[in-house]
Amino acid sequence: MKYIELGLREAVDLVRNGQVKATEIVESYLSHIEAVDPEIKAYLTLAAERALSRAREIDARKDKGRLAGAVVAIKDNIVTRGLRTTCGSRILQNFVPPYDATVVERLEAEDAIIIGKTNMDEFAMGSSTENSAFFPTRNPWDLERVPGGSSGGSAAAVAGLEAMAALGSDTGGSVRQPAAFCGIVGLKPTYGRVSRYGLVAFASSLDQIGPLARSVEDCALITSVIAGFDRRDSTCADRPVPDYLDGLDNFQEKVRVGFLGENSLKGINPEVAASYLRVGELVAGLGFEVVRMDFPSWEVALPCYYIIAPSEASSNLARYDGVRYGLRAEAVELADMYVRTRTQGFGSEVKRRILLGTFALSSGYYDAYYARAARARQAITAELQVAFRRVDFILTPTTPEPAFKLGEKQDPIAMYLQDYFTVAASLAGVPGISIPCGLARDGLPLGLQVLSEPFAENRLFKFAFLLENNIKFKNNMYGINTRGRRKNEN
Amino acid sequence: MKYETIIGLEIHAQLLTRTKLFCRCSTEFGRTPNTLTCPVCLGLPGSLPVINREAVRMAIKLALALEARINFKSIFSRKNYFYPDLPKGYQITQYHLPVAENGRLLIDVNGSRKAIGIERINLEEDAGKSLHEGFPDSAEKTYLDFNRCGVPLLEIVGRPDLRSPEEAVEFVQNLRTILQYLEICDGNMEEGSLRCDANLSVRPAGSTEFGTKTEVKNLNSFRFLARALEYEASRQVEALERGEKIIQETRGWDASANRTVPQRSKEEAHDYRYFPEPDLPPLIISEDWVREVSAGLPELPQAKIDRFIRDYQLPVYDARILTGSRALADYFEKVAGLSGSPKQASNWIMREVLQYLKEKNLSPENFPLPAESLAELIKMVENQEITITMAKEKVFPEMVRRSLEEPKSAEVPVPTLELKVAACDPRVITEELGLKKIGDEQALQNIIEEVLEKNPGPVKQYLEGKVQVLGFLLGQVMKASKGQADPQRVQPLLRQALDKLAKK
Repeated sequence: MKYIELGLREAVDLVRNGQVKATEIVESYLSHIEAVDPEIKAYLTLAAERALSRAREIDARKDKGRLAGAVVAIKDNIVTRGLRTTCGSRILQNFVPPYDATVVERLEAEDAIIIGKTNMDEFAMGSSTENSAFFPTRNPWDLERVPGGSSGGSAAAVAGLEAMAALGSDTGGSVRQPAAFCGIVGLKPTYGRVSRYGLVAFASSLDQIGPLARSVEDCALITSVIAGFDRRDSTCADRPVPDYLDGLDNFQEKVRVGFLGENSLKGINPEVAASYLRVGELVAGLGFEVVRMDFPSWEVALPCYYIIAPSEASSNLARYDGVRYGLRAEAVELADMYVRTRTQGFGSEVKRRILLGTFALSSGYYDAYYARAARARQAITAELQVAFRRVDFILTPTTPEPAFKLGEKQDPIAMYLQDYFTVAASLAGVPGISIPCGLARDGLPLGLQVLSEPFAENRLFKFAFLLENNIKFKNNMYGINTRGRRKNEN
Repeated sequence: MKYETIIGLEIHAQLLTRTKLFCRCSTEFGRTPNTLTCPVCLGLPGSLPVINREAVRMAIKLALALEARINFKSIFSRKNYFYPDLPKGYQITQYHLPVAENGRLLIDVNGSRKAIGIERINLEEDAGKSLHEGFPDSAEKTYLDFNRCGVPLLEIVGRPDLRSPEEAVEFVQNLRTILQYLEICDGNMEEGSLRCDANLSVRPAGSTEFGTKTEVKNLNSFRFLARALEYEASRQVEALERGEKIIQETRGWDASANRTVPQRSKEEAHDYRYFPEPDLPPLIISEDWVREVSAGLPELPQAKIDRFIRDYQLPVYDARILTGSRALADYFEKVAGLSGSPKQASNWIMREVLQYLKEKNLSPENFPLPAESLAELIKMVENQEITITMAKEKVFPEMVRRSLEEPKSAEVPVPTLELKVAACDPRVITEELGLKKIGDEQALQNIIEEVLEKNPGPVKQYLEGKVQVLGFLLGQVMKASKGQADPQRVQPLLRQALDKLAKK
């Protein structure tokens, strides 16, 4: 049996039953990583020893947690005690955190095994993982293409069978878009559903940690473990967390489903549009009422997002000043030290956003930019609230196009357009899940985004599970990495 | 031309919470640098702030005491600037909507009360400390101590209602007393738990427009505050007299040079890029909570002054001194009540007790003598059991001395109040020192006769009509009695004795 092909839930069941040892699973992952990661380059830091000793410890123990033997990769902006956390940035290249993020604590408390830290766009700013200060990650479906971003390393690790599942972070689409590009499932939970304690902040009012996995079921299981109140995060909701696996395969509700009208699909890739329309037919075929909807405020969602997120980022990234940790450039004067450290430590996209945000918050511009964007955000939120009075779920393509080639998007604005369908949910704080919904003609996966009301992850998972089973994309998934490798070998 | 000085103060009061504003690190002062820190107050990547409820409660207390309007919903903001002792690159403070607004503080100006407006009260976190001195390599290096980083502060922004440095000092003194009464700040300016910045401008007397102001920083004692403001006011007046314009700038008080010096100009002023802190939801204060805090509020200095004047018939001056701290006021009330003589209690505390505290550099709560004991001594004086002189010069110091002694009984390691009161019982001390007043008439007459015999010269002078020598003879009698005689009683007896001699 090839352990790396096991789904997370299957693997955990086998380990908990004692049929398979966690150590064997970890070893097979490590050898697979050794084989494919030089090409995919999903990992920034591999925690082989740590994972093996954890696995041995779990094997030796009778009581095993809900995630016993689950081999999980962690995006490198989620802090891990004693394990280097770089955020994909030179400025934190040698930063070893003295504490664990809440999500890491929760995963490990349930005996998940952390296998490594995954590559990402620097400080989660980007949609291709090309903004990593270290190296780009490649899409296991086609090594010439990007895996998406910013959680590109996490998505590629899961799709390339280098991890059973991974944690990513989503600020404007950074879990959903790479999940779509890599043909896997990715959830951005409701804002406040998962603790952000230990997630290195990009834009605090938007950031959420979410799982990436090979199935809706695996995502649901991980979410059950990581979600819930944390008194260390004041923005984390104090609401009970249901067991998202409970009744996952039993969705009997007669729901209404919001579906984008033609206006909203103008300008997007025709294959994406075609695949999306097929999903619409499928949903109607399943007996659900499909309601055409347009979202006029989405026209301003991108500009709104690109004011608010950089504004918060400009402040959140001020702490990387060379004084206490991370990179420090030598200089005689304090101001020089700041300038040199940040000039050398940050990449150009990060600098661009710091500049944008600093400008938007400046005295004399605040009202025209930040304050106005905050009002636009309220309008976008209100529009979605109204929509959810009419429908239970809203379906959109996850991305306007399938995975693009490395180096293809040089214009920042073209890159920002990747977030077109995902930012609204981020701004409104509602949950969104991306599931694979088909393949483009050149064999690249396409993603479907399903949105629901805040804190309705339970229903969202059930509905996504139903769609996943009917779309039957799952069956195409395994072996994708070999296809990638073959192509590269040619 | 005559000028008027306009002053507005900004006070930072460090709160006496056990833990920091956004984490659970201790706020203890004077510990080894960087031992009271955690990922949150160090601003490590990924850490998040969580508000300290106790600090909010203290803010509510001050808001109530300053009659400010409490905002039931207030928001935290980030004030962005780079400085090595500011680990996040921003300070979490309040800007758009503070915890309270529009209060007032009363000060005394030439015997009448003046209300000074309080614009706003903000809850905010303190920064760390840059240590530029005191290390062998201080010439090349600055050390950083983050123990103070994240300690809660209340920023109290006063309106420009003050018209002289004296008023400013009075304002800070009154505010300090209120903070101490509320037990939310120790008010120690030298240690930096109470810090003061001032905005000052001058204008021709009678003008209604404000002049250009300067901000004076680093006023960390009442003396510096007064001196700096006096200096700055006259500097501005002299500049205007010379026909110069005042430049809007931040100036610092240079205590060694006794002057204010420019720090940064308006052009160099920071753009702090305030925006709502996304890591903290709005701060919600319920009406019930405010009611609860309000019910537990102590009597405030102004009310206490009024009550002392009314109930104890004290002069304003005494009432103000005695209410200078809650401990002192409580001590006074106890002594006044137990002795039944508020005026005497006031006199004793205003002179003997305060003098002792000043000599020993103690605060009133550390005065060792129980109120019960002092009250007893006052009663003895009132009952003429001992002279006031003996009470002050001999008995009181001995009582204080004994009150500091360790308890004699080994079975009671901690002196109970009863034991302490017993240990410094003024009657016992008077007895032991042989200071009991000579009330016995015969004994007094014996002393008088002895004195008259020993001083035939002055007696003769008196008998010849030189009545002034009576004073001398009285003094001799007092001396002979070792102070135990009551001069009021001695005088008539002395006259009688002399009259008897005259008749002979």
